[in-house]
Amino acid sequence: MTESQKKAGNVIRVRGLHKHYMTAAGPFPVLKEVDLDIAYGDYVAIMGPSGSGKSTFMNILGCLDKPSSGEYTLDGYQTAELDGDALARVRNKTIGFVFQGFNLLSRSSLLDNVSLPLVYAGIDKAERHARAAVLLKKVGLEKYYHSMPNQISGGQQQRVAIARALVNRPNLILADEPTGNLDSVTSEEIMALFGELNKEGITIVLVTHEPDIAEHASRQVRFLDGRIVQDSQRGFGELTAEAGAA
Amino acid sequence: MFGAMLGEAWHAMGANRLRTFLTMLGMVIGVGAVVLMMAIGQGAQESVKQSINSMGSNLFIVLSGSTTSGGARIGTGNAPSLKVGDATAIGELEGISAVAPVTMGTAQIVFGSNNWNTSILGTMPSYLDVRSWNLADGYMFSDSDIRSATRVAIIGKTVAQNIFGDEIDPIGKTIRIKQTPFTVVGLLEGKGQSLDGRDQDDTIIVPLTTAQRKLFGGQFPGSVRMIMVQAETAEIMPAVESDINNLLRQRHNIREGNDNDFSVRNLTSLANSAAETTRTMALLLGAIASVSLLVGGIGIMNIMLVSVTERTREIGIRMAIGARERDILMQFLLEAIVISFFGCLIGLILGIGGAVLVGMLTQATILISGNSILLAFSVAAAVGIFFGFYPARKAAQLNPIEALRYQ
Ligand SMILES: Nc1ncnc2c1ncn2[C@@H]1O[C@H](COP(=O)(O)OP(=O)(O)OP(=O)(O)O)[C@@H](O)[C@H]1O
Ligand SMILES: [Mg+2]
Repeated sequence: MTESQKKAGNVIRVRGLHKHYMTAAGPFPVLKEVDLDIAYGDYVAIMGPSGSGKSTFMNILGCLDKPSSGEYTLDGYQTAELDGDALARVRNKTIGFVFQGFNLLSRSSLLDNVSLPLVYAGIDKAERHARAAVLLKKVGLEKYYHSMPNQISGGQQQRVAIARALVNRPNLILADEPTGNLDSVTSEEIMALFGELNKEGITIVLVTHEPDIAEHASRQVRFLDGRIVQDSQRGFGELTAEAGAA
Repeated sequence: MFGAMLGEAWHAMGANRLRTFLTMLGMVIGVGAVVLMMAIGQGAQESVKQSINSMGSNLFIVLSGSTTSGGARIGTGNAPSLKVGDATAIGELEGISAVAPVTMGTAQIVFGSNNWNTSILGTMPSYLDVRSWNLADGYMFSDSDIRSATRVAIIGKTVAQNIFGDEIDPIGKTIRIKQTPFTVVGLLEGKGQSLDGRDQDDTIIVPLTTAQRKLFGGQFPGSVRMIMVQAETAEIMPAVESDINNLLRQRHNIREGNDNDFSVRNLTSLANSAAETTRTMALLLGAIASVSLLVGGIGIMNIMLVSVTERTREIGIRMAIGARERDILMQFLLEAIVISFFGCLIGLILGIGGAVLVGMLTQATILISGNSILLAFSVAAAVGIFFGFYPARKAAQLNPIEALRYQ
């Protein structure tokens, strides 16, 4: 058993989260009063129509962006209290982020791409490459260590991105539409990989538009217009009642 | 970590070679110019210094003829106003360490089948003291040679090379100066160029009396073209100068209000002002070259700013996987430093090469000192850090999510 499985409680605890963007026409609210708990080892799919605030929420969970108000506790830490360096450390060690657009460094080899988080963790080159090689192998790319990102397919690039997200042994993977740019067969492969990781004890939160992708998760959460309107863990009625009261 | 970042900087430079090259070019030209200009400037200073040292110290030269604002006017048709007696009298003044009257001309000299045209100085044995000049071989003629006007000659290095070559030992050989046979008794040490660029070793020294009687005719017996005077110390030179003036006006019976029929020149102060001039020139050259270094630095800043904008997304990715502000700062700063370092290195090589080439083509002295290399290097490093810092900080302060959204 891994450590995260042994931990009780929640890796993510969000309370009263608001986010608005400043636009020329004034503040534009995107997240309105979001509460959410995600337990260690959970596998959550976030769904919802376009523009409902899913990406905004994921970016806040990934400490890439900050909420306008409300509380976000990650792995026991109040993120509002963390300074820039501490947040960088969280992004480096606690979270692995997987993007819809892969976001690999186009001028670096796959091995270098995967070992990059280890550079910022201060790990020496030999170990960096050893660990990156193990992960590339795990995602089935052992033949491509020295290839460049533009020499492989989209599905393969997403695998590299997942390997990179895993390389520093985070206990939380955040993935914003990881299969959004992939065909259905490749998507299934990626989802199988996520399933495996979750079995190893890693908490996974992913955003998707496709119900059959969301089926892989053990819990589904639906956003609508900046609020959570459905949570498979809590039952439909509970939430609508809350929303009505608010 | 640092090694990895250096590698990344190297990588980033390689990724856009043309741009890296163009950025470096500013640095290459700047550093090259600084090294070249300093080599030329310091070389000029060095050659002036050598000329001054070879001239002899605390020197006056007293010339026949009056001075006008334009310089010395030597009445060519007239008898030189200075006499050997004037030199003797000057020698008795206080604060004088040596005096040598000099008469001179040019003559054809012959040894065997070789001949050479050179300047002949007729003077006293004290001439060598005045000029702080030593013999490489042989001996200096003596006062008794002066009295009996013997035909002996001391020859300079250039003369020796041209009429004897490397094989023959000149000492004891007989050469003909204006058909008159002279025995070579001494060989002067090499002195190199004078301040006005003449070869000081292209000369022959003979006893004053011999020159007057046997070489340059008896037109004005007892007269000399000039008297060289060495003062004991630099401090007393102004006093000595006015003493010489007073003495000669008295001896030449020049009445109050009338012009001198001679002129006294302080060679040492002339030399010092020449040294000052070359120093100023060297500084000016260095300053001009530094401007190009500055321009090179601004070029680096320019390119780095473009690079930051172009790589905004990359910066976002790095931040998303754990790069701290200072990691991004270091990355871009290192890139600027690596570029300026290599630019500096290439500039250094080209600058030194250029200086050597200039030295070969113009025969001018060039001097590449460790100091100028060190200066160029540290300025380049400073320029790299200074102009790299602003773009680097700009990159580091990007907000991760905005950087990631940048297209
Ligand atoms: N930087 C921004 N400035 C202003 N408004 C923004 C900004 N980013 C997002 N928005 C707005 O916030 C709302 C939510 O955007 P978000 O990207 O979170 O939606 P989403 O649920 O991820 O949609 P999709 O399914 O299309 O990815 C949208 O209306 C969008 O226009
Ligand atoms: Mg989105």
